[in-house]
Amino acid sequence: MDLLGYGAFFLTTALIFSLVTLGLNLQWGLTGLFNVGLAGFVAIGAYTSALLTTPDDAARLGGFGLPILVGWLGAMVVGGIAAALTGMATLRLRSDYLAITTFGVAVVVQLVALNAQKLTGGPFGIGFIPRPFGSLAETPLLFNLSNLAVVCAVTLIAYLALEHLSRSPWGRVLKALREDERAAISLGKSARFYRVQAFAVGGAIMALAGALQAHFTGFIAPDNYLPILTFQVWVMLIVGGSGSNLGAVIGSVLVWGIWAGSGTLTSMLFPPEQQARAASLQIVAIGVMLCVILLIRPNGLFGDRPRRPRFGKRARIAAAKSSSGS
Amino acid sequence: MSLQFVVDGLLTGSMIGLGAIGVTLTYSILRFSNFAHGDFMAWGTYATLAVVSAIGATVGKVAPIAPLSFGWPLLVALVIGMAFTALLALLLDRVLFARLRSQGQAIIVVMASFGASMALRSLLEFTFTSRPTYFSRAIQIAMPVGFGIRITPDQIALLLLTAVLVLGVHLLMTRTQTGRSMQALSQNAALARIVGIDVASVVRVTWIIGGALACVAGVMIGILVQIRPFMGFDMLLPMFAAAILGGIGSIPGAVLGGLIIGLAEAGAVQLIGAEWRAAVSFIILMAVLFVRPIGLFGVRER
Repeated sequence: MDLLGYGAFFLTTALIFSLVTLGLNLQWGLTGLFNVGLAGFVAIGAYTSALLTTPDDAARLGGFGLPILVGWLGAMVVGGIAAALTGMATLRLRSDYLAITTFGVAVVVQLVALNAQKLTGGPFGIGFIPRPFGSLAETPLLFNLSNLAVVCAVTLIAYLALEHLSRSPWGRVLKALREDERAAISLGKSARFYRVQAFAVGGAIMALAGALQAHFTGFIAPDNYLPILTFQVWVMLIVGGSGSNLGAVIGSVLVWGIWAGSGTLTSMLFPPEQQARAASLQIVAIGVMLCVILLIRPNGLFGDRPRRPRFGKRARIAAAKSSSGS
Repeated sequence: MSLQFVVDGLLTGSMIGLGAIGVTLTYSILRFSNFAHGDFMAWGTYATLAVVSAIGATVGKVAPIAPLSFGWPLLVALVIGMAFTALLALLLDRVLFARLRSQGQAIIVVMASFGASMALRSLLEFTFTSRPTYFSRAIQIAMPVGFGIRITPDQIALLLLTAVLVLGVHLLMTRTQTGRSMQALSQNAALARIVGIDVASVVRVTWIIGGALACVAGVMIGILVQIRPFMGFDMLLPMFAAAILGGIGSIPGAVLGGLIIGLAEAGAVQLIGAEWRAAVSFIILMAVLFVRPIGLFGVRER
């Protein structure tokens, strides 16, 4: 029974991660937009939804006591707008500028979460966030399973919507822009406009994931949205294979499994005073893993990114292989 | 408003500027923004600290040089630390960046640098724990220099060191063959190859300069503030902002950008409070991207 409860808890967290990864896959996998500040967008969603749905609190602004669904919608809208603004500022420039700017967004969101006490509750965060099926909290198993069902449903909807989008004309334009920007522009597609849209939709999905997480745990604090979150999600996407929505979901569950498993392992192997140090070793391992995957299997498990360079040594090797094979 | 913020700003600005030189060089010559640059800073500082303690253990206590808080061991250690950081940068390029660069996707290199940054920083945290340390715990008396400004001997020495280093790098870039090759490569890589510039050696020099200066910037932070595994990561946004504000590829621009951001940060600390300091570089960055994305001294990309 305990194991089932833990399994449900684990899967819920993993699926919330996969929702973030799906958002990132739309931005990076499909459109080629580099977001290293996704923790910021997740935080925006979590805080927006928390502000909208918590009961009134004299110590800070709001607590509007709205229904949870309104919180989720609000999170998506605010997250989408934030991403659209970021995109508009940088998407006419080289891709690195977007990376640097998103990095800055995460830093600033973290600062606001820590310091704007009136809005975010400061370092102590926001508690008493209403949880779906909160009345079931006495029976943890039922509570966990019903939450898992909610998160499953939301992830499935997002997955199907994204699959549909990536096959739609809109998705084909994004892929075209990723593969050959000049050709796509020559067909009359505005690169910047499409990219801003993709970035905004991706940001909205990340914000929704943040909101889901907030309502699942019932408590949020700035510490939940450190750069390590960004990093984890990137590893999930790269392991799963950027460009594939299925890869994004499976990569998330897999990497979260490795992460949680190695976390349990370090907590068993190391004495309590050494745990913080052991945890940093965990991050080293994941960082090395990311670099190794990028080096030896850049497509991940399910990646669809065609790697047929048109110039250079690798292209000649590939051409030689295909001609000798046939 | 006291004028003290000018000194504070110049000092922060020097640290940012020295770091931004490395960022701007890797960006213009290797064409990617290196998210691991801040961690070069931290690694250099910890390496210097390790050498200082090693010297202290073998030679015994060394009296600091008259008004300064540090003695010759730190200077020796700094040189060793610079060499170490340069080697670290070269090594990372060899194992990771060079291989990915040859695959031709610039943004994959950026991502790899992000992963490397996480790994490097956590390795420091594992080895030295996240507790802050110091080169010296001695407290220096700041001397008044008029206009309500106070400055310590350490601060004067480090400002002078920055000026000398910046001048040196500037001369290297403009007066030597290596420097001209670097400029050529950043302006037009294909043409630079055609005229027979040794790209591999230019890349090496780029990493050596960037790594060594990152180490100096880190040690400055170590002397004036404190040493933490996150010290470099926290400088990343100001360094990027300075490099973009100054114009990618321009060394005077990177330093000037660093000084502007340092002064703006110090001013903001006085006006609205220290907790918002990190937002200053973001605001400046966004303003530059909207108004003049090529920066102060940048050239439009061809």
